[in-house]
Amino acid sequence: MSDSSPNFTAHSPGLQHHFATMEQQTDASVMGMWVFLVTEIMFFGGMFTGYMIYRYTYYGPWLEGSQHMDFWWGTINTAVLLCSSLTMALGVRASQLGQRRLVVAFLLITILFGVGFLGIKGIEYHGHWVDGQFPGAHFRFAGPNPRQVELFFSFYWAMTGFHALHVLIGIGLVAYIAYRSWKGAYGREYHNPVENVGLYWHFVDIVWIYLYPLLYLISHKHVSG
Amino acid sequence: MSEHIATKKTYILVWMSLMCLTAATAGASYLELGRFNIVLAMVIATCKALLVALIFMGVKYISQKITLVVIVAGLFWLFILVSLSMTDTISRSWR
Repeated sequence: MSDSSPNFTAHSPGLQHHFATMEQQTDASVMGMWVFLVTEIMFFGGMFTGYMIYRYTYYGPWLEGSQHMDFWWGTINTAVLLCSSLTMALGVRASQLGQRRLVVAFLLITILFGVGFLGIKGIEYHGHWVDGQFPGAHFRFAGPNPRQVELFFSFYWAMTGFHALHVLIGIGLVAYIAYRSWKGAYGREYHNPVENVGLYWHFVDIVWIYLYPLLYLISHKHVSG
Repeated sequence: MSEHIATKKTYILVWMSLMCLTAATAGASYLELGRFNIVLAMVIATCKALLVALIFMGVKYISQKITLVVIVAGLFWLFILVSLSMTDTISRSWR
């Protein structure tokens, strides 16, 4: 802290002047992050509710649609995201301990898992695309209820698409804090941005934890009846 | 309040539990349980979500009460959204 600072008492350089203490600043910031995550819960909650309503209404056709999900890619991707959450949690822990190099290393591994997830998702998307399972003019489905199956695929693309967009944004945020960490912006005292990006990353993981059974598992073996 | 720092061991145990639960839910999808397939899948998913939220996101260690109020309020609003929508949808087909 420079001598010309107007503050009367010495404090952490990360402390904004409108907060009394570092703790107060961190608590306020974490609460703000949770308020944002609640809006995200409602954003995805709307799609999950729509999914439930139409699954209930068109149960048979939705089972048919579910048969076209790739069980193994879905399961592998779940494992990939869970691993990324572990490395993210360890990254946040390293930032709490002020271990700069370790923070950067864990964040970079997290990015790798995130990119891996999107890559696998891309393989799946490509398969659905060439099979005519993208809703719209080119949708093809050889079965008795193509319109209702198309609705299933609309939900599939919208939910996984918005989830993938969140992963993509997450990768950007993790890359940014990794860069800032490398530059030495965070330390034992001030590392709140790392924590908040961690919260975002774990939230996106939780969304997938529910998408995985709903889309890939609950009817992948069972024929409609 | 001083910041809570969980041990490496805690995080690795949570991750191992999450992987085991994923294997369990994937395996359970091969069982023929009728309506209970979805119930079991959702119970396991909720266990996983709780592990992530409580430990990885540190909800268990939050000391600021107002933050907990925000989280509970968010879940309560989600509950209203789902329960009112579903009671409507399900009860319409009752004759």
